Amino acid sequence: MTVAKSLETTALCKHFGSFKALDDCSLRIHAGSFHALLGENGAGKSTFVKCVIGYQTATRGDVLLDGKRVEFSSPKQAHAAGIGMVYQRFTVVEQMSVAENLVLARDDVPKVIDWKKELRELEAFMDGVPFRLPLRAEVHSLAAGQKQKLEILKQLYLKRSLLFLDEPTSVLTPNEADEVLGLLHAMTQRGELTVLLITHKFRELQQFGDHVSVLRRGMLTGSAKLADVDMKTISSWMIGDERPRSPAPRKALTEKPARLVIDKLAADDDLGVPAVRELTMKVAPGEIVGVAGVSGNGQKELVEVIAGQRLRTGGAIHVGDRDYEPTRKFMRELRISIIPEVPLDNASVAGMSLSENLALRSFDEPPICAGGTFIARKSLRERAGMLSQRFGVRAPSLDAPMRALSGGNVQRAVLARELSREPEVLVVQNPCFGLDMAASAEIRAKLVDARNRGAAVLLLSEDLDELLELSDRLCVMFHGTVVYEGKPGDTPISKIGELMAGGAH
Amino acid sequence: MSELGLWGIPLAMLGGAIRVSTPYLFVSLGEMITEKSGRINLGLEGVLLIGAVVGFAASIATGSPWLGVLAAGCSGAVLGVLHSYLCSREGVSDIAVGIAIMLFGMGLAFYLGKPYVQPEAPQLPSIELGAFSSDPRVREALRVNGLFFIGLALVPFLSWFMKSTAWGLRLRVVGESAEAARALGYSVEGTRMVACATGAFLGGVGGSFLSLYYPGVWSEGLSSGQGLMAVALVIFARWRPAYCLLASLVYGAAGSLGPALQSAGIEVSHHLLGAAPAALTLSIMIATCSRKVALRGAPRELTFGA
Repeated sequence: MTVAKSLETTALCKHFGSFKALDDCSLRIHAGSFHALLGENGAGKSTFVKCVIGYQTATRGDVLLDGKRVEFSSPKQAHAAGIGMVYQRFTVVEQMSVAENLVLARDDVPKVIDWKKELRELEAFMDGVPFRLPLRAEVHSLAAGQKQKLEILKQLYLKRSLLFLDEPTSVLTPNEADEVLGLLHAMTQRGELTVLLITHKFRELQQFGDHVSVLRRGMLTGSAKLADVDMKTISSWMIGDERPRSPAPRKALTEKPARLVIDKLAADDDLGVPAVRELTMKVAPGEIVGVAGVSGNGQKELVEVIAGQRLRTGGAIHVGDRDYEPTRKFMRELRISIIPEVPLDNASVAGMSLSENLALRSFDEPPICAGGTFIARKSLRERAGMLSQRFGVRAPSLDAPMRALSGGNVQRAVLARELSREPEVLVVQNPCFGLDMAASAEIRAKLVDARNRGAAVLLLSEDLDELLELSDRLCVMFHGTVVYEGKPGDTPISKIGELMAGGAH
Repeated sequence: MSELGLWGIPLAMLGGAIRVSTPYLFVSLGEMITEKSGRINLGLEGVLLIGAVVGFAASIATGSPWLGVLAAGCSGAVLGVLHSYLCSREGVSDIAVGIAIMLFGMGLAFYLGKPYVQPEAPQLPSIELGAFSSDPRVREALRVNGLFFIGLALVPFLSWFMKSTAWGLRLRVVGESAEAARALGYSVEGTRMVACATGAFLGGVGGSFLSLYYPGVWSEGLSSGQGLMAVALVIFARWRPAYCLLASLVYGAAGSLGPALQSAGIEVSHHLLGAAPAALTLSIMIATCSRKVALRGAPRELTFGA
């Protein structure tokens, strides 16, 4: 059993040159509290944590643990003091077993590991925690929720008394998230643990938090007991006076025959295991069909089949009355646009310039390439300038390589390229992943615009709120197939969450 | 011939397999260790040759072939450290550095080897497992070099090492996920450096076998691409020590097919048979690799590019 620790920072600063990633941040986290730290992307949340646990050295300021001044020069020292960290992405090793991952995490891994003894001790440890994981299973065979539980289990195994959690639920279903956070919440209430939860989900804050602090542009804009503030105040701390755009107006739907028909589609993943199974979906013009699902349930493979990056093993795709072929010619004629996830890797050439990337769909046709052989650089640049302006792409210059752009601007550039063709079919995956609220709202509005113009939009997303906001119809994808279809709002979120986790249909 | 008949062929192949497979075994185990850490070393051809010439020279200088083996391993390790250091620089490709190391190692070995083309060095001892037989060919086939037994012992040792020691786990973590390794507080580059040096040490030992046992002299054509083929061998051994042994033996058998047939009096072009290991590499690669399916067992950090 451990005893929760308190943490306090006084005037903590982290400057990179003239840029202040963290500025005079004085924060007090009481022992045994469940403290939520909110803020937009780039507000300094990660910097704060990194400075405390010694990943980075603070420019100025002190850290006090249980009232005593500490200075960690590496995360190892922080670990030794009982501070643990759970990251947004898993840090478990996929190709190793649960037992190996647990033993590895220790600071005193024995030189030679006596597996009989270790397994016996781990079994005993498992008896004392609220959930079990199969010790011998390799981690890649576990579901996302189980992997996150393993991260938490690891921290409990290491007897941490202060835990930083960096958006730990971004890959979990709402139900899994509740289970994992609920467990930690119970421990804080018993005084065994202090939790600092970095999140942007108000739901988690309301359900589990007792204190809340907000960072904005590196500064602490507010910190209070949750009971003393309302959500509106917290929200204003977060976004300041920038008003997020209200959802774009939607035109009413008129019934039309489906434009994109996916019929019993099947495809394998990289290991040759079926990832998409007998998947059937229809999208009509002027409709957004949202596809919810925990990542790794075949969404990536589905998008890759449509983009022509992966061969299908069965089934068919039709666009209108034609059999779909993922060729440049077909996609141009039928105006099919695709915005896959991680567009820097999947939809652009990182080393080529912004203007060239904007022309990837059009460089071989007039006006850029009038004769079919030579490219008119001037016309390519003019078009790129026009598109960048229209879609608000901010880049050092039109000739800057794509990889020099920020995530939001890469997303805008790919969006500009794909939407400028006035697509009739638009396939989009996780369009706002990692973007802040303002950028997300802007991109969502563009998708609704495309829909209003009559595009058939297939939107795959891991963000349920986004899907509920945008979709005309909502599907849930599990294990490579559609397990639910309905109108958003027809079914409670908890039920959708259950379906995403493969629960009762 | 009359006594054994055509049985002479598999017997000679067995003897040849053990003999020819020994350098493959060491180089592939070494490359396996290197690749487990998420780094690829294509320079093993150069390491092999450096090992051969240094082992040969040290054996002459000290009169002890085993000191020659040790010196060969150390010279390989030096090249391994150099490879790892260059690869750890930002924006450097493992492949390009590997090829540079290969060419550098070859050139250096040829340069150092000039005075050693003629002399003979004290050779590694062998163990007579065929002492029971009066047939000279049985005895010849079962005369097994001492280094092979060391390689044989390394196979279960490495399997155990990867599973049951802190260093083994650390090596695997670094190879599977550098990010996880950093989060656990391990030095990724440091671990790769040690893995690379150890891997190249074994590569150098494999090289010493060529000049100190079979064929047992120093010449520039000694390695004939064995260092490069070992890289392919590790891929279809799926990064497992036991499979490395198996694959090395299959290679050895393919390599000794020509001499075996010849000893049985069957005439086939020896150039054609000399290509057997290469043909085997190609056919196994074609049979086991797929455009649609990623390699199973491959360390995730292993990049074949920059």
